[in-house]
Amino acid sequence: MLDYDFMRHAFAAATIVAVVSGLVGYFLVLRGQTFAGHALAHVGFTGATGAVLIGIPPLWGLVLLTVAAGVGMGFLGERIGERDVAIGIVLAFSLGLGLLFLHFFTAYATQVTALLFGNVLGVDVATLWTMLGLGVLCLAGLGVIARPLLFASLQPELAEAKGVSLRLVSVLFLAAVALATAECAQIVGVLLVFTLMVGPAAAAQQLATRLGSGLLLSVALAIAEAWLGIALAYWTDWPTSFWITALSAGAYLAASRKARGSAPRPRQGPSSLHPLT
Amino acid sequence: MQAILFDDVTLVLAGRTVLADVTFAIGDSEFVGVLGPNGAGKTTLMRAVLGLVAPERGRIRVLDRPVAAGNARIGYMPQSRSAVAGLRLSGGDFVAGAAGGHRWGLPVPSAADRQEVQWALAMVGATELAKRPLAQTSGGERQRLLLAQALLGRPRLLLLDEPLISLDPHHQREVVELVRRLQQELGIAVLFSAHEINPLLGVLDRVLYLGNGQAAIGRVDEVITGPVLSRLYGTAIDVVQLNGRIFVMSGDYDMEHDEHRHDHGHA
Repeated sequence: MLDYDFMRHAFAAATIVAVVSGLVGYFLVLRGQTFAGHALAHVGFTGATGAVLIGIPPLWGLVLLTVAAGVGMGFLGERIGERDVAIGIVLAFSLGLGLLFLHFFTAYATQVTALLFGNVLGVDVATLWTMLGLGVLCLAGLGVIARPLLFASLQPELAEAKGVSLRLVSVLFLAAVALATAECAQIVGVLLVFTLMVGPAAAAQQLATRLGSGLLLSVALAIAEAWLGIALAYWTDWPTSFWITALSAGAYLAASRKARGSAPRPRQGPSSLHPLT
Repeated sequence: MQAILFDDVTLVLAGRTVLADVTFAIGDSEFVGVLGPNGAGKTTLMRAVLGLVAPERGRIRVLDRPVAAGNARIGYMPQSRSAVAGLRLSGGDFVAGAAGGHRWGLPVPSAADRQEVQWALAMVGATELAKRPLAQTSGGERQRLLLAQALLGRPRLLLLDEPLISLDPHHQREVVELVRRLQQELGIAVLFSAHEINPLLGVLDRVLYLGNGQAAIGRVDEVITGPVLSRLYGTAIDVVQLNGRIFVMSGDYDMEHDEHRHDHGHA
């Protein structure tokens, strides 16, 4: 299977994406901003199709527009995760706009499918290097903000009181999410970014009780799901993205079941049964 | 030394005057309860002390310096959020997330940070429960972890925003006694907001009662009286004592208990 260039490229691209999305996704899930991440991917569709329309590589359109949207979301408010309706409307409009661009471009259906559902087997060497560069940039940024980001995610009011700028952290983080989303879209497409960004991280948070082990597990699961997905696609000739989504869903369900089965029910006082608030 | 000084302070939040020309001072090792109906400004007052809400008029001094944001000498326990309660993350890692959390970089605690976290957990008796996931802690246990987080950095002033909310009376008493012990052992000032006075009776040095844009400060028997509370609630209030408990009544309506049931308060 590794005799083919496109397979080696696919595994390399999947590894880069898995590491980036496993780490970024952990914080995305912790902050309850997964829907915002999902929306960023859809904005990416507009960016990619718009880029094709004006004749620049779709990846750049994807990156530019998602980062712009991520920064915009960060500026709009710290609690963007609660603005479901606003995000949903932007998400739908982005897809609609992307559709309009395609209408003018009259693109082939395969290109649209690749954007929406990914095309990991079509990654060339140049794209691979671009992805590596973007991945390093994304993780370097995440590394710089990780500590205040964790603080602001767990205890926003206390973090603010201790001098953390919630808005700055939020803007920088969503920029990192946007880069990760653009990367992820190369593998599984804009519609299925959730599967690598959120699935492994959510499963890891169900299993690990320590921060370090949670982050490692999130990355490990993302890599395992991406590699296995490509291998299964090779053997079955079914779409890679299908296999990755199936593995991601399976891992999350198994992790949830394990967390629920192994944990004793939380000890709760009477007040928890009859909350006064 | 004074922990907090409000000199003719007016606080405005989203166009609404929360406190109008309020003056009071709190000593450096006082345990003060902050009471008042919903929207009276208990949270806003704490955010003003933290430097997160600038006064419209007047002067605020904290620990003998002009108020400033990011003051490391203030410990703060915000109203607890339900989101945290479902996490599988261990209590210890949750507390450690706040240790030096304002610095840029990777979230790897330094040796000093780890030591500080251990100290804070020991102070609230949470060393063992810190090993459990947050999802497996009770409301009272989570309050102890939040308290440990507030103690990081050895603050001289603790601001505790509704630590008793949604706890049953037994756990309420535990939290109050723990805070009293910490306050006396560390010799620090504590501002403790609550919906009703009863869980705090016998431990407070003074009470700061907010209402109607005004504030009254003094001993419990000086402040929780019909005339003072009538002014703060803006309606006729009777204070009834029964079996060592205090009931704040408007007609046959129990003000504090009713507030408690309807609270979603972020005022």
